Amino acid sequence: MNMIRSHILVCTGTGCSSSDSPKIIAEFERQLLEHGMDREAKVVRTGCFGLCALGPIVTVYPEGACYTHVTVDDVAEIVSEHIVKGRIVKRLLHKGDEDQGPVTSLAETQFYKHQKRIALRNCGVINPESIDEYIGVDGYAALGRILTEQIPPQQVIDTVKASGLRGRGGAGFPTGQKWQFTYDAVSPDGVKFVCCNADEGDPGAFMDRSVLEGDPHSVIEAMTIAGYAVGAHQGYIYVRAEYPIAVKRLETAIQQAKEYGLLGSNIFESGFDFDLELRLGAGAFVCGEETALMRSIEGMRGEPKTRPPFPAVKGLFDRPTLLNNVETYANITWIFNNGADKFAAIGTEKSKGTKVFALGGKITNTGLVEIPMGTTLRTVVEDIGGGVPNGKKFKAAQTGGPSGGCIPASLIDTPIDYESLGAIGSMMGSGGLIIMDEDNCMVDIAKFFLEFIVDESCGKCSPCRIGTKRLLGLLNKICEGNGEPEDLDALEELCEHIKQSALCGLGQTAPNPVLSTLKHFRDEYEAHVYEKRCPAGVCKALIRYTVDPVKCKGCTRCARSCPTGAIEGAVRAPHTINQSKCIKCGACMDQCRFDAIQKQ
Amino acid sequence: MPNCKSVVPYRGTPEQEERLQQVIAQHKGQPGATMPVLQAAQEIFGYLPEEVQIMVAEGLEIPLSEVYGVASFYAQFTLNPKGKYQISVCLGTACYVKGAASLLSAVEQKLGIVPGAITPDGKFSLDSCRCVGACGLAPVMMINNDVYGRLTPDQVGPILDNYK
Repeated sequence: MNMIRSHILVCTGTGCSSSDSPKIIAEFERQLLEHGMDREAKVVRTGCFGLCALGPIVTVYPEGACYTHVTVDDVAEIVSEHIVKGRIVKRLLHKGDEDQGPVTSLAETQFYKHQKRIALRNCGVINPESIDEYIGVDGYAALGRILTEQIPPQQVIDTVKASGLRGRGGAGFPTGQKWQFTYDAVSPDGVKFVCCNADEGDPGAFMDRSVLEGDPHSVIEAMTIAGYAVGAHQGYIYVRAEYPIAVKRLETAIQQAKEYGLLGSNIFESGFDFDLELRLGAGAFVCGEETALMRSIEGMRGEPKTRPPFPAVKGLFDRPTLLNNVETYANITWIFNNGADKFAAIGTEKSKGTKVFALGGKITNTGLVEIPMGTTLRTVVEDIGGGVPNGKKFKAAQTGGPSGGCIPASLIDTPIDYESLGAIGSMMGSGGLIIMDEDNCMVDIAKFFLEFIVDESCGKCSPCRIGTKRLLGLLNKICEGNGEPEDLDALEELCEHIKQSALCGLGQTAPNPVLSTLKHFRDEYEAHVYEKRCPAGVCKALIRYTVDPVKCKGCTRCARSCPTGAIEGAVRAPHTINQSKCIKCGACMDQCRFDAIQKQ
Repeated sequence: MPNCKSVVPYRGTPEQEERLQQVIAQHKGQPGATMPVLQAAQEIFGYLPEEVQIMVAEGLEIPLSEVYGVASFYAQFTLNPKGKYQISVCLGTACYVKGAASLLSAVEQKLGIVPGAITPDGKFSLDSCRCVGACGLAPVMMINNDVYGRLTPDQVGPILDNYK
C-alpha cells in the first residue's frame, strides 16, 4: 500500500480551469514522477475553493499551505522545495491581509474567517469525480440511515421542516412544506417525480455550478432522500448545457452511484427504487422558472404555465413533482447528519442556515462565499470581499440578478436575509452579488438588466413581452439624452402594471431593477433627464472628452490611438478633440500619460 | 438573422444522417425526447437546417411545427451554421461592469461583423453570451473552448490573429 505523505489539491472549477489548472496538474504529475515522489504525494482534483480572483489555486496538505496565481512554471519549485524538502515556497503563498503578513492557512484569512460552509462543505476538499472520497466524508450515510432504519417518510419531511430550510433558488419558499405538499398530493397512477433546478441563468451567478462541479454526489444523495420522502422513483436534474464540466461530473457521479447500488433498484436492500436522469437546458433563462423548466423536460418550448395547479399537485407530465434547486439540495444531507436543530441555530429568526453568494464586479476578492444568514452586507463587501479596488468608492450592490434590485451604500449595514432584502426593494435571489463603484451608472445598469429580460422573455404573456420592451425604450431614451420629466412617472407606472399582470415569477419581477434604482438613485435619473448629464460618465450620448491644454504636452499618443481621427493638433502643442467625429470610446484617455484628457 | 431559414445550402452526408437516425431510434417513444434529439442533431450537423428538422419530426412522429417551435425557442439551437472559430463575448453582469461592451465592439471592428453573423470566409462567427460562469476572470471571451479572461480591447486583435 502506498503511504501518501502529502496531498496536493488543485482547483478544477471553471474559473481555475480557464487559467490552466489542467496543465498545472499534468505538470505536477510529471514532476512527482521525475522526483520519485509519485507514491508519497498525490494530486487531487477538487472543486472550487471560492477565491476565484486568485486562481489557479493549489493547496498542499498536511501543512495547509495555499499557493495562489500558480503557473505551470512554478510547479517544479513547489515539488522540489515543498514536497521533496518540506520547505514551503513563501513566494507563492496567499498574501493575506496586509497587517497579518503572509498566512499559510486559508481558514485564517479575512476571506474565509467570516464564512460558514455547509452547502460548499466539500467543495475544494474532495475529488468530485471519486465517490469513495465523498463516502469518506460521511457521504451517503444519511441516505443509508434513513433507508436501513426505515424511517417513515413523514418523519424525514418533519426533519426538513424543523431545520427551517427555505428554497435557495430565490423565492425562499419553505422547503419542508414543499416536500409535504408533494407527499400529500395524490397521483392518478401513483407516479411522482423529483426534479433539481440546475438551470442557473442569472448573469453573474455561479453558486450552483460550483456545487455541481465540486460535490455532485451531495445533490444526488439529497434527491434520493427526497424521492423516498415524497414517494417518487424517478428524478431529473435539469442542468445548463453551458456548464460542460458540471455536466461531465454529474454524469460520472450518477454512473458511480449506480455501480455502488446507491441509485437504481433496491437501494441499501430496502426495497426502495430511485433513478436519476440528466436533462440539458438549451440556453433559455425562463427555464429557471419552475413550470417552464418542467415544460422543457417534457421536450416543449420552455413557456411557463399559470399556477395553480402548483407543481407539487400537477407538475412534470402532469404528475405531482417536487422541485428544489441545487444549493437547497446541497444543504439536505448536512441537516440529516448534523441535526435539524443545529441548522436552525444558524442564521436569523426567519432565515435559517447559510447562503452562498457569487461575489463579482468591482470587488477585490471575486469568488464564491458562503455566509450565515443575517451577516451584514458590510461584512461581505469590506471584510470578505476585501473592499472595492483602485481606491474607488462603493456605490451599490446588486442582488437577485434581473429579478432583484440594487442596495445603495447608505444601506450597507442591512443584514442579508430574505425579509431584510425584500424590505428594501431587492431580493435574496439565487445568489448573484455584484458590487458596483462610482464609475457605474445606475440608469445604465437598469438598462442592462432590461436588455437581458427583453432578450429572454419567452413571449407568452404580453405584459412581459411588450411591457419590458417599452420600459427599455424609455430607458434608452433617457440614456441618449432625450428623456423628458414625465418619462420617470411613466417608467414607474409601467413597472407597477407589469408587476401585477405578468404570468410568471420572472415577468412579475422583471421591473425590479428599474424600481429599485429609481427608488435609491432617483437623482441619477433626474440628472440624465433634467441636466442631460450622466454623473458616472457612462452613457455615451451624455459625455464629452476634452483635452486640458495646460496638462497636454502634445505627445500625439492620443491622436494615434483615436480610431476615428478625431484628435487634432501639432506635435508639442496642445491637442483638441473634434466632438463631431468623437465616438466616445475612451481610447485617448487610456493612452494619455499626463492625465490631460477629461471626461465630463 | 439568427432564426430564419438558412441561406447556406444543406450539405449533410449520408453518414451524418445515419447517425441521426440512430439517435432518433434510441429516443423514440420516450417522454420528452425532442430536446435530447435536437441537441444530438446539432452536435452531428453543427446546426439545425430545415432538412434536419424534417428528419427529426418524421422520425419522432411529431409535427414539424413543434420541432421548429423548440428549435427556435432555445438560444443554444442555431438554424444557421457557425464559423470554424466561434467567438462568444460574455455580456453577463460581472463582465459588463468591467467593460465587456468595449470588448465586443473591438471584436466587431476587427472582424466587420455583428453578433449572430459569420465572416464571409466562414472562419469566424460572433455571438454575445450571458455569463460563462468565469466571473472571477471578467471580462471574458471564448473562442471555441478556449477561455480568455481579464481582457482589454487592445488584446483582441493579437488574440484573433492566432486563429488561422
